[in-house]
Amino acid sequence: MDGPLLDVRNLVVEYTVGDRTVHAVSDVSFDIARGETLGLVGESGCGKSSLGRAILQLVTPKAGRVQFDNVELTGLGSASLRRMRRRMQLIFQDPIASLNPRRRIGDIVAEPLRIAGIGNGSTRERRVRDVLTVVGLEPDQVVSRLPHEFSGGQCQRICIARALVIEPELLVCDEAVSALDVSIRAQILNLLEAMKARYRLTLLFIAHDLAVVKAVSDRVAVISAAYARSARPRRSTAPRRIPTPHFCSKRSRCPTRRSGRRAACRSASRLRRWRRLPAAASARAVGAPTDAAPR
Amino acid sequence: MTDPPLLAVEQLSVDLPTPRGRLRAVDEVDLRLEAGCSLGVVGESGSGKTMLSRAILQLAPRHARLGGRVLFDGQELTTLAAEALRRLRGRSIAVVFQDPMTSLNPVLTIGRQIVETLREHLAIDAAAAKRRAVELLVEVGIPAPEQQLRQYPHQLSGGMRQRVAIAIALSCEPRLLIADEPTTALDVTIQAQILDLLARERQRRNMAMILITHDVGIVAGRTDEVAVMYAGRIVERAPTGRLFKAMRMPYTEALLAAIPKLDAPPHTPLPAISGRPPDPTRRLPGCAFAPRCCYRAARCEEHKPSLTPIEGTGHEYACWHPIGPRV
Repeated sequence: MDGPLLDVRNLVVEYTVGDRTVHAVSDVSFDIARGETLGLVGESGCGKSSLGRAILQLVTPKAGRVQFDNVELTGLGSASLRRMRRRMQLIFQDPIASLNPRRRIGDIVAEPLRIAGIGNGSTRERRVRDVLTVVGLEPDQVVSRLPHEFSGGQCQRICIARALVIEPELLVCDEAVSALDVSIRAQILNLLEAMKARYRLTLLFIAHDLAVVKAVSDRVAVISAAYARSARPRRSTAPRRIPTPHFCSKRSRCPTRRSGRRAACRSASRLRRWRRLPAAASARAVGAPTDAAPR
Repeated sequence: MTDPPLLAVEQLSVDLPTPRGRLRAVDEVDLRLEAGCSLGVVGESGSGKTMLSRAILQLAPRHARLGGRVLFDGQELTTLAAEALRRLRGRSIAVVFQDPMTSLNPVLTIGRQIVETLREHLAIDAAAAKRRAVELLVEVGIPAPEQQLRQYPHQLSGGMRQRVAIAIALSCEPRLLIADEPTTALDVTIQAQILDLLARERQRRNMAMILITHDVGIVAGRTDEVAVMYAGRIVERAPTGRLFKAMRMPYTEALLAAIPKLDAPPHTPLPAISGRPPDPTRRLPGCAFAPRCCYRAARCEEHKPSLTPIEGTGHEYACWHPIGPRV
């Protein structure tokens, strides 16, 4: 119970495109306590998704450390990494695209168990049926059907069931509700909150919509074109209007809920000087045409 | 009722044959839109918003069966010949679709695509069309337009692509612009810019606009009138300000309540609408929203409510148990 569940220090993610280097994530540090939800907000192209993926080592970070439950993930061998990945799962933006269209729902949801080598056929089936019930689907009507027979909201429930079936500790939601309609989005947000309580999850909730992030997060970090600018307690994130094109620029001065210490969100205090990066420059070009004046 | 409106839709229905039976995508919709006015059409996915816009443009799928009439500037579109329709679309009625990546041709430069539209509909030469294309890109806020004309769609960001799509739509000074979820594929900051751009250009050109979206928040400040669609029908229609102040239809209320609010405390459970929209192949005898409605009574499940106007307000709703006016 000591120390954060996830501790990210000075993480750098870069991609090489042709002869150009794209700085997707530049020197980002934050931590997430057990049972906490950290919201991560930013425009598209600012590196939110790269950050989420780098935490799970789905892309190899260029530099920096990622500690999960005091185990350093960067540089871990593939076998030990696979064992660690059982404890962290990911939900993607497009629920339909992230389900294999040719496989039955029962198989899709059982797959994490099979890969992790947990249980035998019948115990796996029982766990699949349990988790489908928990996310609000009727197992008898669902297990033998294919993804195209379901709506977007139902597919996202299936994705959530697949992520939860091996009972992870950390769930990374990468724009998990952005592709959904307003009414379905509310259902899925409520479901995530219920699942968090039921499975004692720690959540990294990545989204571009501040109101959605506020609805589920304990703390919020804002990423601005490849740079985490602040991780501040949730109550202070209430801008008056949609910030165009900049998000909140004030640095975190707020005590966290737990410790009460100032600037416990070290990412803010350890920020290096703001640099205009190639990725940042292109993101600005999109964000700053003439009609960007505040309403 | 003195002047004929720019667009009048009367009893418009769209039926699609499916293996499970006839699917009524649009169910006897009536609409009127005056020149220079804007109308927001709001509803969940599957409520028939997009099919309505396609039916207005006579772009419904070939196997679809259309009923009712669409009058544009007094001209009946449902019986118009293909060639006449072709001259009308792009020239007088323009569309902006949701996904600019699929609505632009990936193997042609954007310059070529804008010039193509201009030369198709207006009698101008190539040089004039190119000059006009540069002007259009400036109008929609694209920096360095001369260079951008030589770019391909994949070289632009989503927001820029949508600006190009808007430039093409505006190129022939249409009298009606249909924007079908123009910002759903974009993130919040770009979304606000694109919506402001559309609103500004609409006013400048005195163009009528139909803005289709699933997000009630988008239409709130930007349209004169809002129509809420559910299961292919318009269930409430009112001037925008009035709709938000005094909505009568429980569905509108539920749709609005499901949006997370920035001023609500964190971890507030959202009042989600339970269940799903009804199966459009099986039509309910009563109100289509009744199974999900918290105010339903026996009558709602037996008889379909029709749109009832409130005198002198331009507000109409289809509900047996409207929520009280809150002032």
